[in-house]
Amino acid sequence: MKQPALKVTTPSERELVMTREFAAPRGMVFDALTKPELVRRWLLGPPGWTMPVCDIDLRVGGKYRYVWRNADGREMGMGGTFKEMVRPSRLVATESYDDHWTGGETLVTTELVETRGTTTVSTTVRYATREARDAAIKMGATKGLEASYVRLDELLTA
Amino acid sequence: MKPTSYALDATFAALADPTRRAILARLATGEASVAELAEPFAMSQPAISKHLKVLERAGLISRGREAQRRPRRLEPRPLADATDWIERYRRIWEGNYKRLDAVLQELKDKQRRTVDALVDEGKPRPKKKRRTR
Repeated sequence: MKQPALKVTTPSERELVMTREFAAPRGMVFDALTKPELVRRWLLGPPGWTMPVCDIDLRVGGKYRYVWRNADGREMGMGGTFKEMVRPSRLVATESYDDHWTGGETLVTTELVETRGTTTVSTTVRYATREARDAAIKMGATKGLEASYVRLDELLTA
Repeated sequence: MKPTSYALDATFAALADPTRRAILARLATGEASVAELAEPFAMSQPAISKHLKVLERAGLISRGREAQRRPRRLEPRPLADATDWIERYRRIWEGNYKRLDAVLQELKDKQRRTVDALVDEGKPRPKKKRRTR
């Protein structure tokens, strides 16, 4: 099975946009992005991490809280507040990481567009400050990414 | 050397402008003077110089030694640092989204099974033979 391409662009100095197609109707994709029992199965980042905490209060003003843990017991947490929630087309939420909290929040806008059963998800990440960008770079720099492909292939073919 | 976030900021700020991206694309084909760079744009040389200053501060271009022309040339390193970072980000999300594909496939299968079960329920059931006493 061929994986749809993930496009990553930087339209401005503080923004990063990711776009990806999914072979499922919009409502289903929205559920997978917002229901804790589904989110904790895929939002794991580099290999070796699990998601013991995934609380989502899906309403405007509601909060969400994610905590990841690796095999060594190291934890990484983040959370934020939903600013907009239009099921199944749009979600706007703030985002800040525990370790790198700097007083500047990242704003994440997720938009879902469905065409003939395929849903295009575009996520705009807008960093508030240089420090917030730092946190993103540190997370992005986590080692051992290549190994994830093997694990993911196993998961898909299982 | 790891790029500092400050350097990345300068790089992304410099790349945010379409004129500056066009200048970089032009310099990717070889060095050029300010006059040569200004030519394809409907812009004055001072306006172009301003853009060049931003690119220079971000370390994306440098000046040649030739006294008269002072040709600008592309410095590939900071651009590579910026794309490295995007590449790392992309890989993490490729992993996440590949798992999301699997979750969605499972949801679709489950939905199909539910629909099939409902359709089956609507069908007349095969009559069981009644045992006669």
